Amino acid sequence: MSAVAEDGLCACPECDALYVRHALPPGMKARCTRCGTTLYRAPRRRSDQMLPVVIAALITFIIANTHPIVTLRAQGLVNEATLLASIVSLWREGQEPMAALVFATTWVVPLFDLLTMLFLLLMYRRAVRPPLYTRLLRLLQAIRPWGMIEVLMLGVMVSLIKLAKMADVLPGPGLWAFIALTVLLAVILSYDLRVLWQPSAPRQPETAPLGQPR
Amino acid sequence: MRARAAGLRVCPACQQVCRIPAEAATPPGCPRCGARLHDRKPDSLTRTWAYLIAALILYIPANLLPIMRTESLLGVSDDTILSGVVYFWISGSAGLATLIFTVSIVVPLAKMATLAYLTCRVRWPGQADRHQLGRLYKLVELVGRWSMLDVFVVALMVGMVQFQSLASIKAGAGAIAFGAVVVLSMLAANSFDPRLLWDNDGSPDDDR
Repeated sequence: MSAVAEDGLCACPECDALYVRHALPPGMKARCTRCGTTLYRAPRRRSDQMLPVVIAALITFIIANTHPIVTLRAQGLVNEATLLASIVSLWREGQEPMAALVFATTWVVPLFDLLTMLFLLLMYRRAVRPPLYTRLLRLLQAIRPWGMIEVLMLGVMVSLIKLAKMADVLPGPGLWAFIALTVLLAVILSYDLRVLWQPSAPRQPETAPLGQPR
Repeated sequence: MRARAAGLRVCPACQQVCRIPAEAATPPGCPRCGARLHDRKPDSLTRTWAYLIAALILYIPANLLPIMRTESLLGVSDDTILSGVVYFWISGSAGLATLIFTVSIVVPLAKMATLAYLTCRVRWPGQADRHQLGRLYKLVELVGRWSMLDVFVVALMVGMVQFQSLASIKAGAGAIAFGAVVVLSMLAANSFDPRLLWDNDGSPDDDR
């Protein structure tokens, strides 16, 4: 009564067209001939080349959250703002749902994304992957669209422009860390998660010819 | 050839193509990852419409209620989404005004209208170009998240401007209503199954 996997096939997620799966050289992608959706791709970077990017992103995440994004000076008063402190002030003034929304999209989901990527990349080359691997990969695919660091980054820029008219605005180390984090996350998000479902290919020299179409 | 016509289903989570035994009454689990193998997203159109209607209702308070209240020595001022745009336009930042107008007003409306149009196209396929419809869906999925911009701006301003008696900024009820509009329309886009656009085709194995 259970379903049988058809490993040699793939189907377009947008229009359901059926294809035979081929091995691709790195950086190439297979597209649906009917609707143009990317079916699968051979990543330009290997899974172990993504690891340092994820670790760097985790470090910038810590810096971005522990250092002030901006220091404001107005009439002798000074205020240093971090993302978490902003969320706490929202919560304190009775805007709990909004605080929760901002906290989830700019803090919980990106951090979960980075920690999960770290775990998945470390386990990817194991011959036997732990059961948690599948569950975390599914969860990551489901919640990744809710991480919105890049939108937050634009929000930081807009609010700095608004504030520059009210007070002296001094950008803090947190701001530079957020910019770096946005760039690193863009690299991580461009790594197609569908690769992580496939069995890892045995290590081979980069110049070796890759598999022929089946 | 389409997967459905071949008697195959695609795992919604890991996209493994699977053969389903004919006698299976309930959707079986994916052999690779365990996700339920539905033929199409369950109740796709109903769910899309439910989220859309909820988003549309909340869109009204999101635009009418203030999203931000500024209290300073000069007095109290309430800002709605539109008044924020107007403020930037008047103060000479036309580019910024255009950006905020686009992501906060044009994108949510266009997104809701597009999803409504796509669901209608599933019911009444007509002569529509499916390639264009598919592209439209992808665009809607891609740009919807940027509407959160105003919510983040308010959240950050609240955190940054806390000078007790001198000036403080508070979030208004419009901000959470607007955040809910963005979340609900993302859920609506997520519930829509683009494969439905290609389903009631008459000739399942056309232009290949």
